[in-house]
Amino acid sequence: MTFLRALATMLLMLVAVPPAQAADDAAIREAIAKFATARNFADTEAIVRELGASGDPRVEPALAALADGNLNFRKSDRQVFVTKESGQAATLFDPLTGETVGEAPKRDFTKIKVNNSLRRTIRAVVSGLTLAAPDSTVRLSAAINMFRAPDPANLEALDVAIARETEARVAAALEAARASSVLVSDQPDDRKLAAIALLGQRGDRETLSLLTAFSARAEGELKAAAEQAIDSINASLALWSAGQNVWYGLSLGSVLLLAAIGLAITFGVMGVINMAHGEMVMLGAYTTFLVQELIRVHQPALFDWSLAIALPLAFIVAGSVGLLIERGIIRFLYGRPLETLLATWGVSLILQQTVRTIFGPTNREVGNPSWMSGAVQLGELTVTWNRLWIVVFALAVFAVLLYAINRTSIGLRMRAVTQNRRMASAMGIRTPWVDAMTFALGSGIAGIAGVALSQIDNVSPNLGQGYIIDSFMVVVFGGVGNLWGTLVGAFTLGIVNKFLEPYAGAVLGKIVVLVIIILFIQKRPRGLFALKGRAVEA
Amino acid sequence: MRFLAGGFDRLATTIIVVLCIVAVMVPVLHLMLPPSSPFHVQTYLVALIGKYLTYALLALALDLIWGYCGILSLGHGAFFALGGYAMGMYLMRQIGSRGVYGDPVLPDFMVFLNWKELPWFWYGLDQFWFAALMILAVPGLLAFVFGWFAFRSRVTGVYLSIISQALTYALMLAFFRNNMGFGGNNGLTDFKDVLGYDIQAAATRSALFAASALALALGVLLTTAIVRSKFGKLLVATRDAESRMRFLGYRPENMKLVAFTFSAMMAGVAGALYVPQVGIINPGEFAPANSIEVVVWTAVGGRGTILGPIVGALLVNGGKSWFTGALPEYWLFALGGLFVAVTLFLPRGIVGTAQHGWAALKARRTAARAAASSQARPADPTSPAAPATAGLAAAE
Repeated sequence: MTFLRALATMLLMLVAVPPAQAADDAAIREAIAKFATARNFADTEAIVRELGASGDPRVEPALAALADGNLNFRKSDRQVFVTKESGQAATLFDPLTGETVGEAPKRDFTKIKVNNSLRRTIRAVVSGLTLAAPDSTVRLSAAINMFRAPDPANLEALDVAIARETEARVAAALEAARASSVLVSDQPDDRKLAAIALLGQRGDRETLSLLTAFSARAEGELKAAAEQAIDSINASLALWSAGQNVWYGLSLGSVLLLAAIGLAITFGVMGVINMAHGEMVMLGAYTTFLVQELIRVHQPALFDWSLAIALPLAFIVAGSVGLLIERGIIRFLYGRPLETLLATWGVSLILQQTVRTIFGPTNREVGNPSWMSGAVQLGELTVTWNRLWIVVFALAVFAVLLYAINRTSIGLRMRAVTQNRRMASAMGIRTPWVDAMTFALGSGIAGIAGVALSQIDNVSPNLGQGYIIDSFMVVVFGGVGNLWGTLVGAFTLGIVNKFLEPYAGAVLGKIVVLVIIILFIQKRPRGLFALKGRAVEA
Repeated sequence: MRFLAGGFDRLATTIIVVLCIVAVMVPVLHLMLPPSSPFHVQTYLVALIGKYLTYALLALALDLIWGYCGILSLGHGAFFALGGYAMGMYLMRQIGSRGVYGDPVLPDFMVFLNWKELPWFWYGLDQFWFAALMILAVPGLLAFVFGWFAFRSRVTGVYLSIISQALTYALMLAFFRNNMGFGGNNGLTDFKDVLGYDIQAAATRSALFAASALALALGVLLTTAIVRSKFGKLLVATRDAESRMRFLGYRPENMKLVAFTFSAMMAGVAGALYVPQVGIINPGEFAPANSIEVVVWTAVGGRGTILGPIVGALLVNGGKSWFTGALPEYWLFALGGLFVAVTLFLPRGIVGTAQHGWAALKARRTAARAAASSQARPADPTSPAAPATAGLAAAE
């Protein structure tokens, strides 16, 4: 039995190692053995190049050991080993397979000497070898590494690799690597010009620093070309950074939209400023936290669904608290908007303190589901998945609300009450009921905004406070009675904020925005999209 | 003169007299009696009540525009803090070379930030008269500019409230910045002396207390004078029916602007008296929550009355001091509940309700007497007037 198994293994090994490779093996071993007889650095370099020319990735460990000074030959029989020293003794490894061969005293061995120029050659040869790797991502990362550390020694290997490359994105990276290497080499000027032209089209930050370094030492035509390329890269980088700002602005705007849209509904329909709106957002965030905690304890597999589960719950929790506030307090204060403002402020204090008492004043951790973590790179633009999903989510909520208000019967009633409460009442609409439903709806929306915000902000009792003034600004800016105003207001404020930040800093940018809104209100006291007609003045 | 004489109605005179007595008695009890005496007023109490009095002045300032003019400012804390900063800057300049770094001109925090020169807006504040001018001028100017824009374009109601809240929020963010030159996060503190007297000394504290009480008395006098003048009547009319005032040919925006600016200056004075007694001013004073708290003092005491805001400020702050000592967890519950309860059950506030009840009682008595006398003498051309408290009911 044992014998049979051994036989089978031997047969398998015979099949697995094709004769061609076996022949290669012999050639490589022979080449490596030549290190022991090399008389000077030039000899050694020739051997390194010979090994590189073999194109076999298996020579890499030996070359790496050579560069690190770990390649030795035994004085007695001039056999070459990779060694690892420990005290007086050294562990010997086979240079090709990397297997441990044994141990021997250190003094039996002579180190194969290398100098810096030889090390550079070795590096180039090794990267040339990885350029031939079968896995395209390995080739790509090798090309990018070469691009970052340009070296004239790489040129040959790159030329070979470009000729052989079949995949477009790897080929482009190789071309860029060759161009960057050409710039540091002593190649003729026309090749360098071509390289500059090629690099000028790439337009990322690394190319910029590469070209800047080149233009500092270049002269004449080359310098001019490099500077032109730098200018064009700067221009494209400015575009990208504007794009990045727009994206950040959209992201901030979507957050503002989520926080403000519920406020816009309640304010629009009822003329009531709900100062406790931020706390509804907070309740939504804490609902998410609770849901995730329960899932962690009972059903960890469901974690990726936690947000989907939290959404309706947050809507219900915040909506019912809103309904309670409306039925318990606000309905007694109709027609006295300033006092409603004060009462809801009181409610917000109570809610904050309640949450602080139950959950403690510290931040609670809410996790990102796997599909919301990570980022995607678009050119020079980094887009994180959670921000992207929040933009999508905000727009979805907006669309649903828009549909509900413009196309459903309850929406029709809400609009009627917004435009003319007494006339609506005369037409048989139960305005108190519409008020209650509106308030619950606005609060519920705030709750689901809290689910979204829990993904990007700290979940603490003060969560709502941070958004309340900004959402008021959105509503005041966008005007009431029209959801489009809220949308435009939110995104405008978000983008303006993010564009001001680089020039003025985050805090000053915010102040400038507030001042702009205060001035804007002078021009249009009822916001961008004001309701027209006499009902507004009533 | 006749305008000021109008301020001495019966209630205002009583308040002023009481405040004058307090201004004299508390320092006397504090300074003259030995600490062992049961009537001795302790140091912390002098500082505490002094602080409350400046709060009362702030609440009175808010009452003038909210109770009598219908402008709910959620940013009055900004004017309070600005007055406080003006005073704080004067006190910082008084430190001179006694600071930690010993720079004769620059305050410590500027030396710390490695500044070489005094910013231009710190010039002149080593003179008390100039600081006093700034205490009035800076809040007044800001209120004038803000009000000019807001009232002219008819920003009213909740819109105005929100915008004024944004104003104080923006100022808070601005003052938190170190390079604004106002001490950033830490604000201004470590004061040494005021007008040459040691700020920690018992006599100075007593003098500051007396100054606060007298400032409040002056505030009561001026507010009453304004409210009882013809201008005051127009203010109330603007509160109750702004459009109608406009149709009658008045310019309500100008009246509101005058009242708003005056109120802001009052708040500035309150802030200036607050700072030396508390010993610190920092950007936290600009927090929107503070301004809203002022509103609740006024609402609790009774807006549209002179006594109300004073009573409210003293009561709520007294309650706050007690609560934060005894049940710190529950203060926010109490404050929140107060907001809700006052708006729901006590819209006139304590003083307003009492006055209303008293007036109704008096009216009923007069009516009863008139009924009794009309039975005796049927044809009486001067029948009793309706209850004279139409003001608040129609406020909104």
